[in-house]
Amino acid sequence: MSTIPEGASFVGKPKASGGLSIRDLTLSIGRGSSAKNILRGISLDVPSGQITGLAGESGSGKTMTGMTVLGLQPAQAKVTGTIEFDGRNLLELPTKKLNTLRGNDIAMVFQDPTSSLHPMLSIGSQLTDHLRQHTGMSKREALERARVVLEQVKVPDPAGALKKYPHQFSGGQLQRVAIASAIMCSPSVLIADEPTTALDVTVQAGILRLLRELCDDLGLAILLVTHDLGVMSALADTIAVMRQGEIVEHGDRFQVITAPRDPYTKALIDALPHDGSAGSAPDSASTGDAS
Amino acid sequence: MTSLLELDSVKVSYRVAGKPRLVAVDDVSLSLGTRQVLGLVGESGCGKSTLARAICGLEGLDSGSITFDGTPVKRLGMRTRDRKLLRIQMVFQNPYASLNPRRTIGKQIEDGLRVNPDRTAWTVPDLLAHVELDASARSRFPHQFSGGQRQRIAIARAIASGPDLLVGDEPIASLDASLQARVAGLMRNLALETGASLLFISHDLSVVRVIADDVAVMSKGKIVERGDVNEVWSNPQQPYTQQLLSAIPKVDGLGILPG
Amino acid sequence: MSQTTAPASQAQPDVLAVAARRRLRFPAALRNPLAVTGTAIIVVWLVLALLAPMISPADPLAQNFDRLQPPSAAHWFGTDQLGRDVLARVLDGARVSIILPLLLVVSSLLVGTIAGSIAGYFGKVADEVIMRIADLVFAFPTIILAMVIAASLGPSLTNAVIAMLIVSWPAYARVTRSLVVVASRSEYVVAGRLLGNSPFTSLGKDILPNIIAPVVVLATLDVGTAILLLAGLSFLGLGAVPPTPDWGAMVSDGVQNFSSWWISVFPGLAILTVVLAFNFLGDALRDGLDPRTADAVKGRAL
Ligand SMILES: Nc1ncnc2c1ncn2[C@@H]1O[C@H](COP(=O)(O)OP(=O)(O)O)[C@@H](O)[C@H]1O
Ligand SMILES: Nc1ncnc2c1ncn2[C@@H]1O[C@H](COP(=O)(O)OP(=O)(O)O)[C@@H](O)[C@H]1O
Ligand SMILES: [Mg+2]
Ligand SMILES: [Mg+2]
Repeated sequence: MSTIPEGASFVGKPKASGGLSIRDLTLSIGRGSSAKNILRGISLDVPSGQITGLAGESGSGKTMTGMTVLGLQPAQAKVTGTIEFDGRNLLELPTKKLNTLRGNDIAMVFQDPTSSLHPMLSIGSQLTDHLRQHTGMSKREALERARVVLEQVKVPDPAGALKKYPHQFSGGQLQRVAIASAIMCSPSVLIADEPTTALDVTVQAGILRLLRELCDDLGLAILLVTHDLGVMSALADTIAVMRQGEIVEHGDRFQVITAPRDPYTKALIDALPHDGSAGSAPDSASTGDAS
Repeated sequence: MTSLLELDSVKVSYRVAGKPRLVAVDDVSLSLGTRQVLGLVGESGCGKSTLARAICGLEGLDSGSITFDGTPVKRLGMRTRDRKLLRIQMVFQNPYASLNPRRTIGKQIEDGLRVNPDRTAWTVPDLLAHVELDASARSRFPHQFSGGQRQRIAIARAIASGPDLLVGDEPIASLDASLQARVAGLMRNLALETGASLLFISHDLSVVRVIADDVAVMSKGKIVERGDVNEVWSNPQQPYTQQLLSAIPKVDGLGILPG
Repeated sequence: MSQTTAPASQAQPDVLAVAARRRLRFPAALRNPLAVTGTAIIVVWLVLALLAPMISPADPLAQNFDRLQPPSAAHWFGTDQLGRDVLARVLDGARVSIILPLLLVVSSLLVGTIAGSIAGYFGKVADEVIMRIADLVFAFPTIILAMVIAASLGPSLTNAVIAMLIVSWPAYARVTRSLVVVASRSEYVVAGRLLGNSPFTSLGKDILPNIIAPVVVLATLDVGTAILLLAGLSFLGLGAVPPTPDWGAMVSDGVQNFSSWWISVFPGLAILTVVLAFNFLGDALRDGLDPRTADAVKGRAL
C-alpha cells in the first residue's frame, strides 16, 4: 500500500503509471435465447496523460463499459475478455483487491454529482474518510490534503468548503467537489461519465478546463464518456464511437470529427445543428423551408 | 408584422420560506409576431420556465401584463381555461411526465382535437403521420414509446388543438443528441405549417440558432438581448451573450477548450 | 438520417415486453400462495353468504331445537341457548358480517377518495376544512369513537354502519390527498388543463385513474378491520339487534355461556378466516404495487 508522499509534492503524481487496456470485453445479461448482449467485444486503450473519449447515443453501452472497468457491472452479468491495469487483469482480481483498487487507483465521476455525495455528511468528512481508511493518515493531514485538492479543482474558499454540506453548493461547484473526491487518493485512471451533461454551457466550460489540467498536470488517464460531440471535440485526444455495444470507430479527434470513416459516426455528426452552412443541418431543420 | 403576444414589464416572484420573495422574472417586455419563431435562451434558473408558465397563465403576475391576441392572460387557478387562451399551448421538457400513462395516445390527441375551432383540420392518423409516427400508435399507451417518440406525441397533441402560439419549454433537453435537432426542426415546421408562432425555450444555443428567426437571451430574470438570430450569433452586443456563445464547444475536432 | 431513427424503433420490442409485464402485474401479485388462499376463502364465504337461505340446515331464527346441544351429526355446530342451530346462524350471519363491512369499505372509499381529492386538488380552504375534520376523527381511537357515535345514535345495524363510516373515511382521504397533491403537479395534468379540462374533468380523467390502485389496496386491507369493528360493536350490543344473526353478537352470546364453547368458537373462527383472507389478499396486492405509490399505503391500514 503506497502512502501519500509528504511535503512539496503533496498532490502527487499517480501511484501506478500506464493506463488501462481493454481487450475483447463482452458483457451479457440473461442466458440462452433471452440473453442480452450489452457489450460485444470492446477493445480500447486508455493511456496515461491522455483523454480518451467514448461517444455514442444513449443505450449504446458507454456507462456499462465504465462500470465494468470498476467491477460495478450488475451482479447477474456475464463478462469475458480482459481489462489490464498495472500488469493485472481486473476481471480476474479477487473482490477484496478490486475494492482497494477502486477509488484508490481507478476513480469515477458521474453525471449527477448529488448522487455520488452523501447529503448529510460534510464535504470534509466525505473527502477524507476514504483516504484515511486506505492510508491510515491522521485526520489533520487528510483535511489538509482535502483542502489542497479542493483548491486544485478551484472550489472557492477551500477551507470553508470543507465544513459545508452538498446542498450548499451550486451544480457546477458540486461537480468540482465530486471530481475532488475522485482524485483524493491520487488515482491513475479517472472515468468521467457524462460529467457535464447536467450543467450549463458556461459551467461546463470550467469543468472541461479542469479535466484537461488534471490530465496534463497529473498524467491521469481519463476515459471521458459523453454523447456530446462538442465536448468530445474540445477535450478528447482520441475518440471512440460506440454503437449497440461495439466500437465502430476509434481514432484521432480531428479525423473522427472531420472525416469519419464509419457511416454511423457520420450520421451522428450530420445530426448536429451546424453553425456553418445550413445545408449540412438536417433537412427538416433548416431555416430555408419556412412557411 | 402584427403582434400576437405582448409582454409588458412582467414580473413574477415566488414565495420562499424564511426569505424575501425570489424574483424569477423581472420586468420582462417582449413581443412576438404571428408566424414567428422566437428562441429564448439562458442558463438554468434564469427564469425561462417561469416566463413560459406565466404566458400560459400558470403563474400569477406581480406586476405588468401579458396580452395574447387582444385578450389579457389571467392566472388559470382553479377555473376552466378561457376559450381564446386555449390557442396558447405548451410542450414540456420531460417526455416521461407529459403524457397520461393510463390513456391511449389516440385519446390524448383527441383531447387536443376537441378544442380545435376548425374541427376538420386534422385527424389522429394525420397528426401521427406529421410527427413521423405509425398510425398504429393510436391505440397504444405512452410507456410503449421512447422519449423522442413521446415528445413527438406531445407535440402532436398540442398541434391538434390548432394553437396560434406554441410554447416549448426545453422540449429537446431530455432527448438524445442525435434526436434534438430533428425534434426541434419538426416543431418549427409544424408550427409554421399551421400558421402558429413558436416560442422555443432552450439552454442550447446551437439548436436555437438553427430553428429560430429571433432570439432573446435571458439572464437573472431579465431579457438582456433580443434580435435576429444570425445577427446575435455572429455579432453579440451584450457581454453576457458573448460569454454564453464563447462557452459552447465547437464540433471542429481542433481540441479548443471553450470559454 | 435512417440511422438515427433506428434506435427508436428497435427499442420497441423491449418496451412492449415491459408493457406486457405491467399489465400482468396484478394477476402476478395474486399468484403467490397466500393470495390464492385468501382469494379462495373470500370466494367460498361470499358464495355461502349468498346461498345461505338455500343451503342452511335450519331456520336461523327458529328456536326449534333443544338448547345448548354440543356439535353432533344433526347440528354440526351445535345449538345455542335459545335452541337455534349455530351452523344456520353462522351461515346467515355471513350476510351481515361480511357483506355489510364490504359495503361499508366501499362507501368509505368513495367518501374518503372524493373528500381527499378535493382537498388535495383545490387546496386552500377546501384542504384546511376537510383535513382538519379528518384530523379530528384521527385524534380519537377508532373503536372508542365508533362506540361513542353508535351509542349516541342508538343500537342498530344502520347506526353502527354510520358510526363506522364516520371513523373510517379519513384514512382514505389522507392517502388520496397526498397522492393527488403529487399527481396534480404532473405535466400531463397541467397539459390537460391547458387543453381546457375543468378541474373536475382533470381529476376524473388525469388524476384519479393514476392514483386509485393504492387506495383500492388500502381498502382491501381495511375489509378485515371493518369486519372486526362491526363484530366488536355487535359484541358490545351496539350493532346487530337480536335476533338478527351476526358473528360478533354470536361470540358475545357465547361468552355468557362459557361451558358451551361451540356457541362462540364457530362464529369466532368464521371472523378469523375472513379477516385473515382479506389481509392475505391486501398484502399481496400491496406488494405488487408500484414501489413509488406503495409508500402511501404502508402503515395506513390499521
Ligand atoms: N442493470 C442493468 N441490467 C440490464 N440491462 C442494463 C442495465 N443497465 C443498463 N442496461 C442496458 O445496457 C445497455 C447499455 O446501457 P448504458 O451503458 O447505460 O448506455 P449508455 O451509457 O451508452 O447510455 C442498454 O441497452 C441498457 O438498457
Ligand atoms: N415553485 C417555485 N418556488 C420557488 N422558487 C421557484 C419555483 N420555481 C422556480 N423557482 C426559482 O425561480 C428561478 C427561476 O426558475 P425557472 O423559471 O425554473 O428557471 P429556468 O427554467 O430558466 O431554469 C430559480 O431560481 C428557481 O429556483
Ligand atoms: Mg450512460
Ligand atoms: Mg426550466
